[in-house]
Amino acid sequence: MIDLSHIEKIYDSPSGPVKAIKDISLHINKGEIYGIIGLSGAGKSTLVRCINLLERPTSGVVTVDGQDITAMSESQLRQARKSIGMIFQHFNLLSSATVYDNVAFPLRLVNAPKEKIHKKVMELLELVGLANKADQYPSQLSGGQKQRVGIARALASEPKILLCDEATSALDPQTTKSILQLIKDINAKLKLTVVVITHEMQVIKDICDKVAVIDKGVIAEKGRVLDVFTNPQQPITKEFISVLLSNDLPVGFREREVKAEPFPDSLLLIRLTFIGESANEPVISKLIKNFDLEVGILFGSLDDIKDVPFGRLIISLDGSQEEIDKAMSYVEKQELKVEVIGYVSRHDSTHH
Amino acid sequence: MSADMIPLITKAMGETVYMVALSMVIASIIGVPLGVLLHTTAKNQILECAVINKVLGAVVNAVRSIPFVILMVAIIPLTRLLVGSSIGTTAAMVPLVLASVPFIGRQVETSLREIPEGIVEAAQAMGATPMQIITKVLLPEAMPNIVAQLTTVVISLVGESAMAGAIGGGGLGDLAIRYGYQRFRPDIMIATVVVLIIMVQVVQFAGNALAKKLDKR
Repeated sequence: MIDLSHIEKIYDSPSGPVKAIKDISLHINKGEIYGIIGLSGAGKSTLVRCINLLERPTSGVVTVDGQDITAMSESQLRQARKSIGMIFQHFNLLSSATVYDNVAFPLRLVNAPKEKIHKKVMELLELVGLANKADQYPSQLSGGQKQRVGIARALASEPKILLCDEATSALDPQTTKSILQLIKDINAKLKLTVVVITHEMQVIKDICDKVAVIDKGVIAEKGRVLDVFTNPQQPITKEFISVLLSNDLPVGFREREVKAEPFPDSLLLIRLTFIGESANEPVISKLIKNFDLEVGILFGSLDDIKDVPFGRLIISLDGSQEEIDKAMSYVEKQELKVEVIGYVSRHDSTHH
Repeated sequence: MSADMIPLITKAMGETVYMVALSMVIASIIGVPLGVLLHTTAKNQILECAVINKVLGAVVNAVRSIPFVILMVAIIPLTRLLVGSSIGTTAAMVPLVLASVPFIGRQVETSLREIPEGIVEAAQAMGATPMQIITKVLLPEAMPNIVAQLTTVVISLVGESAMAGAIGGGGLGDLAIRYGYQRFRPDIMIATVVVLIIMVQVVQFAGNALAKKLDKR
């Protein structure tokens, strides 16, 4: 649906040319929710603006729905933009127009007949839950309501693509959840391809199918959200994920030295990650029943990555080395990810 | 205070209102598009064009730097060419319009510059043409500000029209000078000043009220 090929964007600045984007290629399939995450200044906003050519790349080709839009004339481009809706961090609504007139705006640009406009606008306001606010002005609405108007307006021209530029960054966490839910519903209902730009991993985790992590103008890592979350490769990705999923040991263990080899009076700590249905096998109970071990659960969490359950446990295994080795070979055969953290002292060694 | 004063003042007031109102309408018809051009041809705007922007800017600054009294006299040949005479209410309107056009242009430009960039960007993303952006985004969004700014222009026109009156343009300025000053009629002088004050108050009040009504922010 969207194909970015070797995109490069260079800005002129007083201190010389600045490369905002360096040779980025990205393919986004029809119907996907594709997340692009990066810190501010990483080039993500520039990149999303290259999709509808609000920013023209210095070099590279942008293909949308099979058409090379970088080769289009101004008027062809305006036509193409009508099939790419966009919503913004600061909503960018007309302050002088009512909610109704804001949503009607794209339809009036093409001189659609009045009855058609009315039908479409009311249908969209119904969809975003603001039918009763049609005659109000944006200044009378809350942030979340303004973004709903933004979404309705973006959908008015019946686009095939929706670009979301930090669409929830100005909203509180609760409102963010409801806007993300709305975007997810629209994606499912209208089979829309959605591109989400954000600096929050939570947004990626809640609604995206795929993610690209952008750092200093290049893609550091990309792939299915589940894969990137469960097996991040790059330090920048790990940093983004660590905001949501802490890798710290529980309090009381953090002070203790972790060693790779067993030593007298030591326990083995391991981290287990369950994804989707693998949570069905009663691994812990089997560990306790089948091996002569003390099994302690030090930490547990359950998350969803776009509706796929994702559980994490840190457990301690205490017993003879032989039993620990047998238990480990059992665990490694299960459909879950096992990470050995290391051996720690059984007792808190820091005496104060 | 004498009975002859009332018709004199009413007539002069009529002339002032005529001069100011018509000058304002003509100056706005030229000045608003000028302001739109000044804004939209600037760097990173929808009709970016450095040459047009620089030339217009220079002309506007040049006209604005000439004091009105001098402008009025300096363009007498032009006034003759346009209205056939350099004396009278209609003739006075030529320098009034000429002085107001660049003023309005700058005021409109300033109002347009205050519109958040993102609103224009959103319209571009929806496939709006530059003309649609001007008529459906820039002007409606800036309207409360433009009204407030134009109110200031009207008020300065009232002052300038009094000056124009002094060289034979009629109106309240003419009356104040000919009767109040040259014929030693302080009553007419005072009455004229009072009428001018009231006119300015009314214009300011109406302008504020309209700007407030239009402002939905």
